[in-house]
Amino acid sequence: MEITLLGDSALVLRFNDAPQSDAAVQRARRAISAIRMAGVRGVIDLLPAYNTLTIFFDLKTWVRSDAAADDALAGLKREIVAALSRASTEPAFTPAPSKVSIPTCYDREFAPDLAELASRVHLSVDDVVRLHAGADYRVSCIGFTPGFPYLSGLPQQLAMPRRATPRTNVLAGSVAIGGAQAGVYPRDSPGGWNVIGRTPLRLFDVQRNPSCLFSIGDGVRFRTITRAEFDELSK
Amino acid sequence: MTVTLLRAGFLATVQDFGRVGYRHIGVSIGGALDTNALRIANLLAGNEEHSAGIEFTFGNARLKFDNDCVVAWCGGGFPVQIGDRQLLSGRAAALRAGDELIIGAAAFGCRAWLAISGGIEVPSVLGSRSTDTRGAFGGFHGRTLKDNDVLPLGPQSEATIRVVRKTGESRIATWSAPPEWTTVGRAPGLLRFVRGPEWDRFEPGALKALTWDAFRVASESDRMGVRFEGLALESPQSYDLLSSAVAPGTIQVPPSGNPILLLGDCQTVGGYPKIAHVITVDLPIAAQLRARELVHFKEVSLAEAYRLLIRREEEIARFRIGAEALLA
Repeated sequence: MEITLLGDSALVLRFNDAPQSDAAVQRARRAISAIRMAGVRGVIDLLPAYNTLTIFFDLKTWVRSDAAADDALAGLKREIVAALSRASTEPAFTPAPSKVSIPTCYDREFAPDLAELASRVHLSVDDVVRLHAGADYRVSCIGFTPGFPYLSGLPQQLAMPRRATPRTNVLAGSVAIGGAQAGVYPRDSPGGWNVIGRTPLRLFDVQRNPSCLFSIGDGVRFRTITRAEFDELSK
Repeated sequence: MTVTLLRAGFLATVQDFGRVGYRHIGVSIGGALDTNALRIANLLAGNEEHSAGIEFTFGNARLKFDNDCVVAWCGGGFPVQIGDRQLLSGRAAALRAGDELIIGAAAFGCRAWLAISGGIEVPSVLGSRSTDTRGAFGGFHGRTLKDNDVLPLGPQSEATIRVVRKTGESRIATWSAPPEWTTVGRAPGLLRFVRGPEWDRFEPGALKALTWDAFRVASESDRMGVRFEGLALESPQSYDLLSSAVAPGTIQVPPSGNPILLLGDCQTVGGYPKIAHVITVDLPIAAQLRARELVHFKEVSLAEAYRLLIRREEEIARFRIGAEALLA
């Protein structure tokens, strides 16, 4: 593991696992539990992404006039390393990843890029849908917009570069492929991924607790639904 | 208690210190792009320093106060008037119901933060009253402010009542906060940075250019980031980066080579190489950059970044004590 800085207010832990591996994501989850359990002071945000965990800290807690500025962060680094090494002998409780099923309608009206993707990868539309809905995905990162999951586990045959010109508006619920990753747009937003279906699920809702449907490391599957089921679930 | 925004100007939003603790689900920190300016304005108005205020962009705004209250503002070079009287930045003013405050066009800089006693009392969403326009939540109905919006205000504090008493008949304070906090963006832009996580991956030519050349602010800049144009940095060869955390201050270099300096509404993660990171004390300057201005960057050590931060915090602590003594 390597510790670097992101500016003057965050530390980045980079794990040695392969970036898109399950091991990396599980390690990030365990590190979050360990840091929370140890009650490391002044930690305000823990942001996992692939094989990194970025620790945002409160400057007022860690940067004080009585500490030599040169090693102002030595204490914070020490507490984090101690928390992680303690957790390696007595693991902190880390909740098991959830399994999230995403009902998805792949009908043409919801899938503006499905036909083009199928022809580019030399498969039928039905095969693309079968492969996409048959795979096991893992949330490797959440970002772009609130609640947007970057999913690893896309069958290799379905990888397709992002659109050369992003759309100015991709509708909420759009299920999409961007390069070797899958994702779902939580709300209407600009976007360059190839849209192949839509889910009626609300991925992110500040009025709901928890607001976000996913945590990093969660398992995800897409479940094919008909247009009628889509309408029913949208109610 | 309410205030009516008769004219919102180019872009006005409700902001506090931002939304902390939700970056792991993709929620930006947001908040006032110059939290220090909002904080000083709040202290002058007798508010808690993190109370929600209004961030104005390019001015041309007009507000009507429906109740007696105290206001103060900090930011760029805006002419601000209460009726026919000028209100300088960093000074409190006691207003009466029916008074109007007009923010003109900026001579320099582009943003201003207005604190109103009681704070803008919109509901707190995920721990903040800031407007998240990408997520359409927080602030005033999750959106930028429009003409004729009526904003709720919180109850007046004891400190506010002391400000009203102290300003007396003239109604505009004779005391003020130091100009380096209240008026930002006058000097040519110099932004100090520490090295970014991918600094070592850039060619020496790109690193030299960042330190020695001037960068021109592009007009596409917004609350997510300041874009630069004209001078392209050579980005690392075939460097495929998976997304990792970015933050306000991060300078990332997309394949075009034109750097982007991220601000408060930036995404939580990004995949472009991060060459450098503007230090916390210089983010107020970044928040005032306007299109076509030239900016220079200067590397400092982390120790220097913290020395500057500590000095500012100590000065603000002294200012608070002084202000409390004055009003006691």
